[in-house]
Amino acid sequence: MTETKTKKPPLFDRILKPEHIVLDNGHAVDRPRSRTPLFVLLILVGVVISAKTTGFDIAMFVKRFNQLPVILGQILQPNFEFFGEVWPKLVETIKMSIVGTVAGCIVALPLAIVASANIVGSKVILWFFRILISVVRSLPAVIYAYIFKFVFGMGTFAGSLAIAVFTVGIVAKMLYENIETIDMGAYEAMQSFGATTLQSFWTACMPQILPQYLDNCLYSFELNIRQSSILGYVGVGGLGVLIKERIALRAYEDAGMIFLMIFVVVFSIDLINDRIRGIILRRKK
Amino acid sequence: MTDIKQFQAQENILEKLYSEPKNLWKRILIILFIVGLMIWGASGTKIGIDEKGLNLAKSIFSGITHPETLLLFNLTEKGIPYLVLETIAIAFLSTVIGSILAIPVSFLSSTNIVPKPVAYVFRAIVLFIRTIPSLVWALIWVRVTSTGPFCGVVTQSVCSIGMISKLNVTAIENLDTGVLEALDACGANTFEKIRVGVLPQLSASFVSTAIYRFDINLKDATILGIVGAGGIGFPLDAAINSARWSRVGAFLIVLIIMVVLIEFISTKIRARLARGRS
Repeated sequence: MTETKTKKPPLFDRILKPEHIVLDNGHAVDRPRSRTPLFVLLILVGVVISAKTTGFDIAMFVKRFNQLPVILGQILQPNFEFFGEVWPKLVETIKMSIVGTVAGCIVALPLAIVASANIVGSKVILWFFRILISVVRSLPAVIYAYIFKFVFGMGTFAGSLAIAVFTVGIVAKMLYENIETIDMGAYEAMQSFGATTLQSFWTACMPQILPQYLDNCLYSFELNIRQSSILGYVGVGGLGVLIKERIALRAYEDAGMIFLMIFVVVFSIDLINDRIRGIILRRKK
Repeated sequence: MTDIKQFQAQENILEKLYSEPKNLWKRILIILFIVGLMIWGASGTKIGIDEKGLNLAKSIFSGITHPETLLLFNLTEKGIPYLVLETIAIAFLSTVIGSILAIPVSFLSSTNIVPKPVAYVFRAIVLFIRTIPSLVWALIWVRVTSTGPFCGVVTQSVCSIGMISKLNVTAIENLDTGVLEALDACGANTFEKIRVGVLPQLSASFVSTAIYRFDINLKDATILGIVGAGGIGFPLDAAINSARWSRVGAFLIVLIIMVVLIEFISTKIRARLARGRS
C-alpha cells in the first residue's frame, strides 16, 4: 500500500484530480476520473484526420453500392465447369506452400533458439536476432514474392522462397516466446555435469518445445495456404494468376469456383491440423 | 556400501532409460513422410538462378542498401511522409469502422445471445468474408469506389469485420453469466445489466482485438496498394515495376520501421489491457 502512495500519480490524474469520496464509515477513497472520454476524443480526432486523408466519400459509396450485389451474386454461383482449369493451379499452390512452410520452419528453429533470453546470455546477440526476426516479419509475403520474381523468374520457386522467408519470421517469433516459458531445471542440470549448450538444449529443451513447435508449424501452414493463393497475383505461379486473369475479364463465376476450392482446401487442412494437434496434445500428457 | 548404492542407482537409471518407448521407427517414418512431401512439392519447380537474375539481385541489393534519401524528406503528396500518413489513415479508419460494425455482427453470431439458426447464418456470412482474400476484396470494391485510398478503407473495413467478429464471438461466449444473474437479483434493468454486467467483461478484449487488427490492417494496407487501393503500396508497386531499386529501398525501409514500431507499441498496450489497469 505504502508503495502506491509514494509513487507519483500518472500525468492524467495530476491534471484531472481524482474524485474524492468519503464513505459512510469515514474512510476516504480516491476514484480516478474515467479515461474513456479522452480516448473517445482522441479516436474521433484520428477518424476525422483519416477521413480527410483517405478521401472518405459516403455519398459515392451509397450511389454505386448497387455494383456490389451483382458481383457477389456472380461469385456465389460458381462455374463448376471451370474445375478442370483450377485443379492444376491449386495443386501448384499447395506444393508451393508445403515447400515454403517446411523450409521456413526448419530455418526458424535455430533462429528462435538464438533469440531466446534463457538460452543466450549475450544481450547483443539476443537483440540482433530479435530485431532481425521482427524485420523479416514486417514485410508481407506478397512483397517478398514481388521482389524474388525479378531474381528467380516467374516460376513457383520465387513463391516458395517468399513463403519460406515469411514463415521464418512468424514461426521464429512464436517459438522464441515459447522457449522462454519452458522449465530450465533439466537444462541447468545437464549444463552442470558438463554438457555443451547444444547437447543440453537438444536433450532437455527439445522435448518441451517440440509440441509447440509443431503446433506453430501447422498454424503457419494454414496461413501460408491462404496467402499463397494470392501470391500469384504478382506473377509467381499458383492460383493467384488465375484469380487476376478471371477478375480482369470480369468472369466472376469462374472466380467464384476458385474461391470455393480455396475454401474447401483451407477447411480440410484446418480439420487435418486439428487432428494432428489432438495427437500431439495427447502425447504431451 | 556407497559403491553398491551407486550401482543400484545406475541400474535404476538404465532401467528407466530402456523402458522409454522406442519411437525410432515412428520418427523415421515421420521424417521420411516430410521429406517425401518436400520432394513432391519441389517437383516441377525450377530451382536456381541464372546470370540475369544474379545481376538483378546485385542491383536490387545495392539499391536497397542505398535508399533514395530525397524521397524520405519530401513533404508533398508524393513524398514518403505523406504516404505513411495515408497508409496509417487507411488502417486506422478501417479498424474503427470494422470494429464498430463487428460488434452487432459478433453478438448476432454468438449462440448464447441469439437462437442457434440466426447465429449460424451470421457465422456463414463471416466465413464467406474471411474466405475471399483481402486482395480480391479490393479488386471487387474497386468497382464500387474506383481506385484510391477510399477503396482501401472499404476493403479493410469489410475484412476487419470478418476477423474481429470471429475473435469477439469467443469473448462473448465466455461471458460470465453469473454476474448477470446477480444483477437480475438486485433488480437491474436491461440497460444497467449491459452497462455494468456486460461491457466491463468485454471491453478489454474487444479493444485488444481492435488494436491487434490495426497491426494487420497496416501490413495489409501496404499490399492493397498493388491493386490500386492507395497507401504506400501503390508507389512501391510502380517503383518495383520500373526497377528503380533505390526508390524501392527507401519505401521498404520506411515500411519496416513503421510496422515494427506500431507492432511494438500495440504489443505494449495489449499487454497492459490484459493485465488490467495497474
